[in-house]
Formats: sequence, C-alpha cells, structure tokens
Amino acid sequence: MSGVNVRVPTILRTYTSGESEVTASGATLREVLTDLETNYPGISARILDDSGKIRRFVNVYVGDEDVRFASGVETATPAGSRVSVVPAVAGG
Amino acid sequence: MAITATESHTTVTRPFGPASALSCRECGERYEIGPRFACEQCFGPLEVAYDFSGVSIDAIKSGPPSIWRYASLLPVPADVASRPNMAPGFTPLVRADRLAAELGLRSLHVKDDSANPTHSFKDRVVAMAVEAARAFGFHTLSCSSTGNLAGAVGAAAARAGLRSCVFIPAGLEEGKVVMAAVYGGRVVAIDGSYDDVNRFCSELIGDPAGEDWGFVNVNLRPFYAEGSKTLAYEIVEQLGWRLPEQIIIPIASGSQLTKIDKGFRELIELGLVEDTPYTVFGAQATGCSPVAKAWEAGHDVVQPVKPDTIAKSLAIGNPADGPYVLDVARRSGGCVSHVSDEEIVDSISLLARTEGIFAETAGGVTTGVLRRLLAEGKLDPNKETVVLNTGDGLKTLNAATAGVSATIAPSLEAFRDAGLAH
Repeated sequence: MSGVNVRVPTILRTYTSGESEVTASGATLREVLTDLETNYPGISARILDDSGKIRRFVNVYVGDEDVRFASGVETATPAGSRVSVVPAVAGG
Repeated sequence: MAITATESHTTVTRPFGPASALSCRECGERYEIGPRFACEQCFGPLEVAYDFSGVSIDAIKSGPPSIWRYASLLPVPADVASRPNMAPGFTPLVRADRLAAELGLRSLHVKDDSANPTHSFKDRVVAMAVEAARAFGFHTLSCSSTGNLAGAVGAAAARAGLRSCVFIPAGLEEGKVVMAAVYGGRVVAIDGSYDDVNRFCSELIGDPAGEDWGFVNVNLRPFYAEGSKTLAYEIVEQLGWRLPEQIIIPIASGSQLTKIDKGFRELIELGLVEDTPYTVFGAQATGCSPVAKAWEAGHDVVQPVKPDTIAKSLAIGNPADGPYVLDVARRSGGCVSHVSDEEIVDSISLLARTEGIFAETAGGVTTGVLRRLLAEGKLDPNKETVVLNTGDGLKTLNAATAGVSATIAPSLEAFRDAGLAH
C-alpha cells in the first residue's frame, strides 16, 4: 500500500522526533492514525478523545477538505494524499 | 524578566505585566509564558493567567484615555503607553435614545468601536499582540484575516517599526484590502475561504519559512485575545462602574464574547464592580451561524459550516471559541441568535438613521439580532442594554443601500419643482 503524507503540528513533534512530516499507510483516516500510533506511540491519543472521535480543538484535513465535512475518521485517504493536523485557530 | 539597576533603586521590568502563566481552558494544564497557543495535552486553547496587584479604580482613572489605562489588568509592561503604539480604545458608549424609542427599549447604549484608529475593534487585540511580538523578538507581524484585522496589523506594525505580512481570503471588500495594504506591509490573498487561510497560517508557523513570525491570532493568540477584555472594562467604567444588564456581542470565532465575559468577571473578583446579574447574547449572520445552530439544537459542540453571508468579518465557519460562547450564553441566561443578510442591511440603515452611527455589516448583525430578540421576547426591554458596533460602515459600502435623494439642475425652480423644500 502506498504511503500517505502526514503533516505534524509543532506540539505533536515530540512524538515524531521533531519531524514535521511523516508517512503512514491506511485506506481511511482511522487506519492512518492507527498506523501512526504503531510508529509513534502516544500520538493518536492527542488527536482522538477517549471515544475515538477527533478532539474538538483539532482540525484534520485530507487534502484541502476538513474531514468534518467528509466522513470524519472514516474519510478515505487515497494513496499519495496529504493529511494535515492543525490546532483550531481563533480570531480574525 | 529583565532587571535594570538605576541610580537610586532597582527597577524590575516585567514584559508581560501581571501575567503569570498560560493556562489551558480545557484541562487546566499550565505553561510558562511563551509564543504558544494550544495545549500539548488536549489541543485546548491557552489563555493568560494573572497574579493581579495594585489594581484600583483611582489608578485606572488616572491613566491615559486609551486601553492602556487598564494596563494593570493586561499582559503588557507597566510602561506600555510610552512605547510607539496606536493607543486604541476608550471609544464612545453612545446613549442610543432614538433607537431605543423606535424599538421600545427603556435604555440602550451602542459601544461604537468604529472610533478606533483603523476603525474596528481589532486595534485593541493587535495592540496586545504587538507587545508580545516585541517581547518574543519576532521580526514580522502577521495574521489570517477577514479584513479588519489585516488593517489593524498593518497600521500597528508600521507604528511599531515591525515588518508585516497579512493573509486574507481572495475577494474581500475593496475598502478592507486598501486599508490593509496602505500601511506598506505585504498583503497576500489566498484562493480559499477564511478557514483555508487559517489552516495555511497554522502550517506556516510550524515551517522554517514562518520562523520568527508573530501571527497575532495564531502563535500570539493568548495575548492578542486579552485585548477584547478592554471592551468590558470600558463599558463598565463608562456606565459609572456598573455592569450592563444585557449585552449583545457579535460572534466570529467567539473569542471577543468570551473575553468580554472574562473582563466582567475579573472586575467582580477584584471588587471593582458590584456582582450584579448580566445576560450575554451572541449574534451571527444566518449565512454563517454555526454557534446559533448549535444553540438551537441544544448541542455543546459546534459543527463547522461553509459561510455564505455579506457579513464577511463574521464569516468564520469553524469558530474555535464556539463551545465557550455556548457556555457563557447558557450561564448568563442569554442565547445565540442570527439574522439574514436582508435584516443586516436594513439594520445598518436603522442604526445610521436613528443614531448617526454607520456600522459595518457586523454592526448590522448585532443591531438586527437586538431587534429580533425583542420581537421574540428573549430580551427584556426594561433592562439596560448595550449593543456592540465593532467596525466602520465605510469598509463595507457595498452592503449599504443609501444613495442621492434627487438629481436636479442648479436652480431654485428645480429645487421647488422636485418637492424638496419640505
């Protein structure tokens, strides 16, 4: 299975040894996060709450689409797609 | 903390004044003061925590006629007013008797923040961010913006001698684009929505290309957001050190509403104002009303939307502070409501016609929601009410419907014939 590129925000880079981008595999966002957890233990619990939902102050994008407008953690992650994890931003 | 020896004594300079830490609003985790904005444990927003001392009404009254009279309540150094800055704030609290009479209210005030240096409330928040940028040594001031913030950042950076580069969604009102660009900084339009701009800026601060950049509403957000508290302080002082009974506040990200509430509570806790009940109402445009929809559905979480409204300064489809807005409205006995674009345009005219205040679209939203809440019986017409106007109508001229009354020849006959004498 081809890899998915995951962009890691600054506050999660302690899990990725400072790397801002890592690769993972999976056909859905949930599978990608599971694979990330295997290689970077602890990172998944920062993104998902205890019930497995995306934490309310985390935005996750597949390509340019906020997964909340797609299928949440079940959003498809085609080979070569880019996943971005971004803290919520206020003000404007 | 820098310690400076002088001839007669030792002066301790605290760049963040009474601020003592950053605290997570979600889980309470505390962090040392720094250019950080999200909790490393839960991604919750960080906000400034304080160790207040030396706060008194007399000291405030002796301060300058700007937000800096409240420096002892803000994350800024005590000598902040002496540094080059825009000196925003202390805008008029207009007694709106004619609008009150038209709507059937006993007492109404409009807090008119179009009187700020760049004609919106954003000068307040940016002033905080400039001080934080100075303290952290950032060389470029930046932001993601729907327009008003971009103008405020451009102006404040120019005054402070910082570089600026602001990011806006393509297609903003021309007045806001010009106002952002005229101060000499870079203005970059992103081909996407405001939420797309936000995502881009969040990724930029994590990239070497964004190193040493202070994004006022991203990595400087905890400090920036505190500027909205000054609206609470000013309203209380201008009412004679009393809390308003009801207040209507526009919601974009929701930060302004939650910080005004924080300001009221601080004054109560410090004993500077009597702890009387106040009710907070949130106002959105129907075309971007995720918080109002969550309120109507009784939800604690806010489902993002894709905005479609003329009220572009409020067009944030994924409002980060939305859940806290719901908390404040619920706790204070208020609610979150919304009005259509047609009601916004009509309400801009209403406010201008009755009080001589030309509001931008966000002011049309708050005035429109005031009218709607009265009609629905959700706002008490007998209680003292404050409604916010956060920006100047000159920035959103396309939303106004006014025009010339008649075009006539330059003669008295033509004037009389047109029926204009009475």
